[in-house]
Amino acid sequence: MLTIQNYKKAESLAEAYELNQKKSNRILGGMMWMRLGNARINTAIDLSGLGLDTIEETEEEFRIGCMVTLRQLETHPGFVTYTGGCAKEALRHIVGVQFRNLATVGGSIYGRYGFSDVLTLLLGLDSYVELFKGGVVSLLDYADRDYDRDVLIRVIVKKKPVSMFYEAVRVTETDLPVLTCSAVRFAEDDAFTVCIGARPGRAILVEKQGNRFTSGASQETILEFARAARESVPTKSNLRASAEYRSHLVEVLVKRALTKVFLVTSDR
Amino acid sequence: MVVEIRLNGKLVKADAAADTTLFDFVREHGCYSVKCGCETSNCGLCTVFLNEKPVLSCSVLAARADGGCVTTLEGLQEEAGEFVTFIADQGAEQCGFCNPGFVMNALALFRENPHPTEEEIKEFLSGNLCRCSGYEGQLRGILNYLESRKQKEEILSN
Repeated sequence: MLTIQNYKKAESLAEAYELNQKKSNRILGGMMWMRLGNARINTAIDLSGLGLDTIEETEEEFRIGCMVTLRQLETHPGFVTYTGGCAKEALRHIVGVQFRNLATVGGSIYGRYGFSDVLTLLLGLDSYVELFKGGVVSLLDYADRDYDRDVLIRVIVKKKPVSMFYEAVRVTETDLPVLTCSAVRFAEDDAFTVCIGARPGRAILVEKQGNRFTSGASQETILEFARAARESVPTKSNLRASAEYRSHLVEVLVKRALTKVFLVTSDR
Repeated sequence: MVVEIRLNGKLVKADAAADTTLFDFVREHGCYSVKCGCETSNCGLCTVFLNEKPVLSCSVLAARADGGCVTTLEGLQEEAGEFVTFIADQGAEQCGFCNPGFVMNALALFRENPHPTEEEIKEFLSGNLCRCSGYEGQLRGILNYLESRKQKEEILSN
C-alpha cells in the first residue's frame, strides 16, 4: 500500500525541485500508477497549484503542461485536429473518463511506462520535454533515459504538418494494450516515423534499414518494411500475449500504419 | 493537515492524513453511496464530481481536493431521481452495488453531451464495471430516458 507522511503543494518549481532531491520524496502526477505500488513517501510533492494544467497552442507548437489530464488532451480540438484524430483514438481506451480526468500527461511521460499509449502517441511527433534543470530535450532522448530527480514541466509538440496513424490492440476494451503503434509522415520533407509500444517495454521508433521509400512508397515497399519491423522490434511475453503474437502484430500494424499515411492520405 | 472541501454544497473543514483519499474523506463525512469495488482504479464505483468533473475518488488525495468542490450522489438526488427509474424499469441491475458510480458518470455524460449516440454512451461509460449484467439493460434504460427527455423538450418548445 502507498503511504505518504507529508503532503506539500509546491509554491514554485524551484521548491518542487528542491524537495524532489530527497530520495524519500516523490512528485505526484495523477497518482494512478503510483497508488498501485507500495511506495513509502516522506513528502508527496503536488504540482497542481502551479498553473501547469493548460494546453497552450501557438502558431508553432502545442505546450502541454505536466498536470494536463489525459482527458484534456483527448478533447483539445486543436491537438485532436493536428493529429488527425489520433490523440483521441490513443487515449479514449484508457480505463474510463473518470480515470483520464485524473491521469496526467506529465505522469505518463515521466513514467515512460512499458504499456503507454501516451508515449506511443507523442514519441513519433516532433516532441520535446522541458525539464526544470535539464532544459528542453527531445522526447526521443528522454524516453531512453533513466529516471532522475528533475521536474518535468511540460511537453512541447512542434506543429509540423503531418498525417498520422494510431492503433492499439487490446484483449478487452479499457485493459492495458497488447501492442501500440503510431506512424507520422511529415508533409514538408516526407520524412516519417513509426513507433511501437507495449512490446511490453518503453515505446521505440522502428529502425529504418536503408531508405526503402526513396522511389516512393508502394504496397511492396510497405510490406517489406513491415516484415523488417517484425524482425527488428524486440518483443517479450507477459500475461497478455506472447512475444510471437506481438511480433506478428508488429508486422500487421506497421503495414496498416504506412498504408494509411502513404497510400490513403494523399491529400497533398 | 486541515482540509476544506465544499461537499454537496456544504463547507466541510476536517483533519485528514497526507495519504487520506478523497474516497475515505467523503465516506467519513456520511456519503455512503460512494463505494470502493476494485482497489485498482478500474471499476468506477467510487465516482464523484471534483470541481464538476467525474473522477475516481479512490485515486485522488483529499489534500489535492482542498479548496475544491465535491459532489456525490447524495447531493444529486433530484437530478438522479428521474434517471434511475428508467434503469429500474428495465430491471437492469441485479445486486445494485455498481449503481451509484454508474449513475454519477451517466449524469456527467448528460451534462457534457445532452444528446449522445449509442457509441458515445458506451465509450463514456466504459469505465463503469457491472459484474452482474451484460450492460444491455442499462443501455436500454439510458436510451429510454434520453428519448423521454427529448419528447419533453419537444413539448416545451411547441
